[in-house]
Amino acid sequence: MSYIFNKEQINGIDKILKEDLIEEGIHSVVLIDMAGNIISDLDNGKKKHDVYSLAALAAGNFGAVSTMAKMIGEEDFSLLFHKGEEESIHFSKVMEDFLLITIFGSDMSLGFMRLKVNESIGKITKILESPSTDVGYPYL
Amino acid sequence: MAFVNLKKKEVQLKIVYYGPGRGGKTTNLEYIHSKFSERIQTDLVAIKTHGDRTLFFDFLPFDIGKIKEYDVKVQLYTVPGQVKYNATRQLVLRGVDGVVFVADSMEVQRDKNRFSLKNLQENLATHNKNIFKIPLVLQYNKRDLARQGIPLLSIEKLDKGLNSQLKVPSFEASALMGTNVATTLKKIITLTMASVESHLK
Repeated sequence: MSYIFNKEQINGIDKILKEDLIEEGIHSVVLIDMAGNIISDLDNGKKKHDVYSLAALAAGNFGAVSTMAKMIGEEDFSLLFHKGEEESIHFSKVMEDFLLITIFGSDMSLGFMRLKVNESIGKITKILESPSTDVGYPYL
Repeated sequence: MAFVNLKKKEVQLKIVYYGPGRGGKTTNLEYIHSKFSERIQTDLVAIKTHGDRTLFFDFLPFDIGKIKEYDVKVQLYTVPGQVKYNATRQLVLRGVDGVVFVADSMEVQRDKNRFSLKNLQENLATHNKNIFKIPLVLQYNKRDLARQGIPLLSIEKLDKGLNSQLKVPSFEASALMGTNVATTLKKIITLTMASVESHLK
């Protein structure tokens, strides 16, 4: 399966990630697909991460954790979160094929971050479900 | 699952190196990483066991420049070859666009090559992909060992055993010396790009 997102879709996603997450204090966000491809990545300009490697590892990690969930009879684990001294990382599934990675500092509460992430996932889903105007349909 | 970003005019391709354990998949990526270091800005990411075997995957992203106005980013992965790691092999194959099958030319590895190729076919099928349709290149690795007197399978035997039905491009190689490593890579990128283009038309 190959798929395309047009400029409007990417711009729409970038806008949501910027306004709802980066401007609320999240350091870095990356939207990827489950193959580890990057759809969009934004940060607050203070820290640069190797997003391509991060995306590959996140997709692998998410896949491994999902498989573990199924092995113990769960559909998925609802909270996927790694806490660091200064930076933490959170993963949320977006529809079936995408994953939103958020990196945030110790000054932000996990609850608030999850709230903002859930809101933006709702908005992003609408964009991902909308047909791509350039090619007629996003999934080919 | 190649991803095309029309805003950035960018295509991301996922190419997986598959094959039996200790066949030279990681060595291929290590050679590419050292040979093309001026183009590859990032480190080779490797998740290894303590015994230096691949546990999950190795990962190497790099840009190959423009093809038809699009910046093409290639992401190379290896799978762990050891039989017991099949669950992780399946995960790494998710969204794969092209496969290099690295076969071990040593005579003693004959059955392992066949087993691994069969395993590739089964694992691709779990992602609804057909081994006869996906871009695929065979690499007969470790040809340099002949000089040390180690019994190797002839190219005819390897072709007969692995490629008689697939009929895909194949290359004799030595990942350690770098022989035909770039040729293999070039071929799989060309095939994968052609396949993605045909899907996008």
